[in-house]
Amino acid sequence: MSEYVIEMLGITKKFPGIIANDDVTLQLKKGEIHALLGENGAGKSTLMSILFGLYQPDAGQIRKDGEVVQINNPNDANRLHIGMVHQHFKLVDVFTVLDNIILGAEQTKHGILQKHEARAKVLELCQQYGLAVDPDATIEEISVGMQQRVEILKMLFRDNDILIFDEPTAVLTPQEIDELMHSMRGFAKEGKSILFITHKLNEIMAVADRVTVLRKGKHVGTVNVADVTMDDLAEMMVGRKVSFVTEKAEAHVGEAKLRVQNLSVAGRNAAKDKVHNINFSVRGGEIVGIAGIDGNGQTELVHALTGLAPASKGHIFIGNEEVTGASVRTRNNKGLSHIPEDRHKHGLVLDYTLGENLVLKDYFEPQYQHAGFLRFDAITRHAEELIEKFDIRSGQGANTIARSMSGGNQQKAIVARELALSPDVLIAVQPTRGLDVGAIEYIHRQIIAARDSGRAVLLVSLELDEVMNLSDRILVMHDGEIVAEVDAKYATAQELGLYMSGASKQQIAAENEVNA
Amino acid sequence: MMKPKQTKSLRGTQGLISLLASLLSIMVGLLVGLALLSLLNPAHAFSGFLKILTTGLATTEKMAKVLYQAMPLMLCGLAVAFAFKTGLFNIGAAGQYTMGAFCALTVAIALQQPWYIALIAAALGGALLGAIPGICKALFNVNEVITSIMFNWITMYAVNLTINNMPIMLTNYWSKSTIKDRTAPLMDANPAGILPKGGLDTLMNSNYINIGIFIAIGVAIVIWIILQKTVLGYELKACGYNRHASQYAGINAKRNIVLSMIISGALAGLGGGLYYLSGTGQYTLVKVLLGMGFNGIPVALLASSNPLGVIFSSLFISYIQVGGDALQPHFIKENIDIIISAIIYLSAFALLMKGWIAKLILRGSPRNANLEVPALNTAEASVSDPDTTATAQAAQKEDAQ
Repeated sequence: MSEYVIEMLGITKKFPGIIANDDVTLQLKKGEIHALLGENGAGKSTLMSILFGLYQPDAGQIRKDGEVVQINNPNDANRLHIGMVHQHFKLVDVFTVLDNIILGAEQTKHGILQKHEARAKVLELCQQYGLAVDPDATIEEISVGMQQRVEILKMLFRDNDILIFDEPTAVLTPQEIDELMHSMRGFAKEGKSILFITHKLNEIMAVADRVTVLRKGKHVGTVNVADVTMDDLAEMMVGRKVSFVTEKAEAHVGEAKLRVQNLSVAGRNAAKDKVHNINFSVRGGEIVGIAGIDGNGQTELVHALTGLAPASKGHIFIGNEEVTGASVRTRNNKGLSHIPEDRHKHGLVLDYTLGENLVLKDYFEPQYQHAGFLRFDAITRHAEELIEKFDIRSGQGANTIARSMSGGNQQKAIVARELALSPDVLIAVQPTRGLDVGAIEYIHRQIIAARDSGRAVLLVSLELDEVMNLSDRILVMHDGEIVAEVDAKYATAQELGLYMSGASKQQIAAENEVNA
Repeated sequence: MMKPKQTKSLRGTQGLISLLASLLSIMVGLLVGLALLSLLNPAHAFSGFLKILTTGLATTEKMAKVLYQAMPLMLCGLAVAFAFKTGLFNIGAAGQYTMGAFCALTVAIALQQPWYIALIAAALGGALLGAIPGICKALFNVNEVITSIMFNWITMYAVNLTINNMPIMLTNYWSKSTIKDRTAPLMDANPAGILPKGGLDTLMNSNYINIGIFIAIGVAIVIWIILQKTVLGYELKACGYNRHASQYAGINAKRNIVLSMIISGALAGLGGGLYYLSGTGQYTLVKVLLGMGFNGIPVALLASSNPLGVIFSSLFISYIQVGGDALQPHFIKENIDIIISAIIYLSAFALLMKGWIAKLILRGSPRNANLEVPALNTAEASVSDPDTTATAQAAQKEDAQ
């Protein structure tokens, strides 16, 4: 019997123009937590998709318990007891937890669903692993953390003993992350083997036994976590030394440039307010971060501020002028810039060229048009300036179709466009989502530079580290309300995490007292 | 550097794919046409097929006929293509075309105005009718497909009713004839209302030809310039490609939806005007929608909504139609219609073809884990994924919000 339950040996997978996996080897021992570390685009997901049967490798072989196996589709993977929790959950929102768990593995008698045994098994699994879920709740009713538990139960229900977790912590609060890590250790103790895909080093240090590092599709190495430091791992992942702390000078705070008074955004169909009675202001020269778990009203708040959706109550001021009911363009012209959450949905017209995208907000200005005809020479010149200044990499310069650019460069283009407008107020939402370390550092430096030149910056991010690193002040949103304001210098992830999960100030104070 | 190369080859590939797709679609259409011919009358199938392919160029007279029919097709194709570019599906071209015909004939016959005034009226009539679905969509978020289909019928009945109640419009008013189910021939009613022939009639030995085809081509070029070179085109296309991004940029999407439908309607209306001001056709009071507006859809699809492409696709479809007419007497009229429609509509599958070709060329491209392979996103999202490309684009066009 082999020492390894799963071996992926010399896996190579080519896509047109790119080698996603180049001779990658990954060996998973029974009962270990094995992290797979790499930046976006390093080939982690491709490798896992091969293991899960979504792609076929061009070269290399997969062995289960020492025997070569062929995995043609996810059903094959399932037969080999390989299960996966995808980064974006694959759940049916209107089904109950139980229905989701048995979906695809239903037991029937004469064509009629038999749920009793399934229910018993699910409850037993919940008990055994300490996973609290209500089998009769529908998915749309339960929290994201609980949805993840449903995904985990799906794997357990199918008696999977190789569990793949694809970036499982991205959607969780710090407390939920701790719980998940606890569960993972429990599974490992039971003899299950875990593959844990991540780009977060502290999580690896906390929970993994061994780690395999990929960089640009190549296998950099596999090491015991106990033998390395976080800095070592970072260097393996990025290929150079990385500093984790973004350096920034003291804030020189000026006057309030964005003020929000009693702002509410109504929910759909007279449901509860998505944003409820929010008050805050952002002054020139400071970065105010908004922390919170996904779906707690951040998107709606940003849409109300930028004019993409109407506010139902309250007032918004840019400088001294009220813009509550104003159009998007009016707000833009008054000095509002917006790095949107979703660069493909809002940030870019993907079928336009880079040059056209870089004038998306000021194409109507006289420098870019004459008598209704676009001045393509001026647009190209503008694009070339920004390409140079912001180091945007693209195949054919200003004429590159935005769609064909990498995510990092698309994001750089958006940042360049928004900063080139010389805004008074910059609203940056998830500005580094899905980018590699180099691009993240770069965009962070740009945001800090904007703050240092006296702009008011509102940063909305689901990455707590990002909020804590960049912000001068942190507001925490929960359930559409701002539940706390914290000075970034003194904020801890633990404290913010409690606010993010909805604990009140009093509760936190009480807890501190008990601990003391 | 790998990336620039990647982009370059991809872009080149895409252009090639578009052209290949159109040509392949035409081939498939023709092959199916041949199959249908063999099925219906094996003895004359092959000769019939050759007739379809050659008739359009056989004589100058036939060539004139091709150009004559291409003229309204071109404008209806432009109408549909222009709306497509803005993310709208103007299936109301049929109604707008009818409205254009009505306005042109009323101005020419009842008001005794020259052809150019009548043409302007035709465009205005179409524009007015296009504005209605546009406004409904912009203000009340009513899907433009539904409203335009309803207005196709409303227009047809309203026009028939109105003409029926305007004796001056009918044939029997201007001549001794007793025919009163169609509008008067312009030759009798108002020769100044007929489009000038510019000497082309003697050149090509045909009564059908006039300067209308040049007007149509000119309009196609103007539309191309609007879309490619102007601020208006930039805004309209931004709305069509990505409405969310255009809202984010502060572009007034509602205004653009209405404007796009107005322009689209004007184009279809102009098509109706050109056709009925040629002096060769009379508007007949029958309860059928005019097919010309609907044929604009395959014209636009075959051209991948490119205004310059529409010039060629409309000529092609007109050519096939003229060829089809020559199938008689070996094939009956109804069968000819089916064969020709099959060829035309299959030819319009260019969009679908595009996906298939892309799949062949980019075989093995990933479907899921594209986050991990950023360079491939491009291929993935733009050209591949055959089963979704066409439907997704159609859905995007119909997507109301």
